[in-house]
Amino acid sequence: MFRKIAISAVSALALTTGAAFAAGAEAETHDVAFSFEGPFGAFDEHQLQRGLQVFTEVCSGCHGLKYVPIRTLADEGGPHLPEDQVRAYAKNFTVIDKETGEEREALASDNFPANTGAGAPDLSLMAKARAGFHGPYGLGINQMFRGIGGPEHIVSILTGYTGEEKTEAGETFYENHAFPGGWIKMAPPLSDDQVTFADGHPSSLHHMAEDVAAFLMWAAEPHMMARKQTGFVAVIFLVLLTSLLYLTNKRLWAGVKGKKHV
Amino acid sequence: MAGIPHDHYEPKPGIETWLHKRLPIVGLVYDTLMIPTPKNLNWMWIWGIVLAFCLALQIVTGIVLVMHYTPHVDMAFASVEHIMRDVNGGHMLRYLHANGASLFFFAVYTHIFRGLYYGSYKAPREVTWIVGMLIYLAMMATAFMGYVLPWGQMSFWGATVITGLFGAIPGVGPTIQEWLLGGPAVDNATLNRFFSLHYLLPFVIAALVAVHIWAFHTTGNNNPTGVEVRRGSKEEAAKDTVPFWPYYVIKDLFALGIVLVIFFAVVGFMPNYLGHPDNYLEANPLATPAHIVPEWYFLPFYAILRAFTADVWVVQLVNFLSFGIVDAKFFGVLAMFGAIAVLAIVPWLDTSSVRSGKFRPKFKAWFWLLVIDFVVLMWVGAMPTDGIYPYISLIAATYWFAYFLVILPLLGVLEKPLPIPATIEEDFKAHYPGAAE
Repeated sequence: MFRKIAISAVSALALTTGAAFAAGAEAETHDVAFSFEGPFGAFDEHQLQRGLQVFTEVCSGCHGLKYVPIRTLADEGGPHLPEDQVRAYAKNFTVIDKETGEEREALASDNFPANTGAGAPDLSLMAKARAGFHGPYGLGINQMFRGIGGPEHIVSILTGYTGEEKTEAGETFYENHAFPGGWIKMAPPLSDDQVTFADGHPSSLHHMAEDVAAFLMWAAEPHMMARKQTGFVAVIFLVLLTSLLYLTNKRLWAGVKGKKHV
Repeated sequence: MAGIPHDHYEPKPGIETWLHKRLPIVGLVYDTLMIPTPKNLNWMWIWGIVLAFCLALQIVTGIVLVMHYTPHVDMAFASVEHIMRDVNGGHMLRYLHANGASLFFFAVYTHIFRGLYYGSYKAPREVTWIVGMLIYLAMMATAFMGYVLPWGQMSFWGATVITGLFGAIPGVGPTIQEWLLGGPAVDNATLNRFFSLHYLLPFVIAALVAVHIWAFHTTGNNNPTGVEVRRGSKEEAAKDTVPFWPYYVIKDLFALGIVLVIFFAVVGFMPNYLGHPDNYLEANPLATPAHIVPEWYFLPFYAILRAFTADVWVVQLVNFLSFGIVDAKFFGVLAMFGAIAVLAIVPWLDTSSVRSGKFRPKFKAWFWLLVIDFVVLMWVGAMPTDGIYPYISLIAATYWFAYFLVILPLLGVLEKPLPIPATIEEDFKAHYPGAAE
């Protein structure tokens, strides 16, 4: 009988969470089958490297990534770049030295610099700060298999421009079906073949958008793969332990309940 | 102490007797673990152990998180990211702690509704119930202040809205609000005091848990029949009970195992499921989020808070009778705290002489309606305040009060209960005909 409580409470959770996600945006988000979704999903390090390239050549012009240490580009379960490449890459950026207060080339031990010049938001956590999905039926449970919808939101924004623009109070807005309200201040940042990938991977707008969205998901959740592995090991261990406890409990109570011992 | 008669600890000569005469701690542990427990407890009696586990989990993960967290408005958000990125296992610690709060509340709500169905609050267990309600209040305060610490957008705006409730108290409200916040608005002083209290309150909860256990070890556990264990003699009591160790320890651990499988699947595979995406944006006093939504476990009471708007006639009447002192905002605050208060005084509202809902045919229907009502309130608490939602909130909030203040008192008089088994042993044998004497 009390099972009913559990079921209804769980669905209540799901409903309310879904609603919370739904609150922000009526905007369109299109699903993308990313490699890192689902309990066994993993980042594709080549995709993360391509995404890093798109971020560096395009996004970093206006957006910062201030919570991400540059050294983590070498991490396993991330872009996994060789360490010498990471050290060389760090030199792309200048930072203010905390001790001398002077500008210098960034080191791998520094974070990506903040970039507030153009008034663009920091992207360190963007893939977790937006949620695209809240289904099925507002239950929100599909994020178990499809992820939280943040990277999809990013892809949808990057590919959602209609080409229309308008000027209001001296500022230009661009029509974008993926953005809440339909008009966004960011000019279309990507176009076909804007970036040339060293591995010869196609660089259509869609491919680049997906690659940079995957990179930003890693930037927001760098230990995702370690976390899923921990979760999986914990679940397997607990299933075994619980099975043994089930048998112990059955045997223990058999005498009290007047059942035969096995 | 009017406990159930059972064998007590007998120290052996030598070191055991030496210690027992000076500090009877072994005896205390023995008597606690060997307490006679009704042998017919069902699976709804496992949530106590889940709750004890949650408290331990939150304290242990919390203590380690504190080693890496910085309670300052300029550094709190970044220090949480430091935990997520640089601290060994830090991402698991934080996700366990955040989701641990949700498991804690899921378990406590199930535990509370178990008590409501089986009449666990009735004499002689009123004190256990009241202490449980104090634990629940302390949990809510702890969870609320803990949610402020990451200093995200929902942390900041949630703190602003909730402390604003105290500001609605006529006259002294604004002073109380400023005293709580340590200033005119949510700021560094607020973060620091919330951090301090968030660390303190779990230990208060632990102490209250000890009192809760002490109280029900004095009265004995309730059970699904609501029939008391016979206490005439040790032999008689033994027919109705089994010792807590090993019977219920193993059963509870088995149940905890199942709960933890689900818990770790959530933490491992969808740790942000119950969180709000806006809390991954750093707090910004200049940008109000489009919808400020509390955590799911506060939603039923948040819905009640919002249900009583200025166009409800009861609110208008109270406003008129109180010469405008109780306005709609204050009425909402009173309703929210009142909703918890009626839950706390339920031992004196239920007039039925029968304890367990199992033998109360009419009560059952009203009880399940209350469960649905709770779920509806939780759902509508997350909805916007336009369209049909205010009406749903109002009806659901009204039922919450009606259940405790009207239905429970009347049912005891109007209802004809079903026959009740004479003893727990009789009930147990009805389920397990082969059960030994």
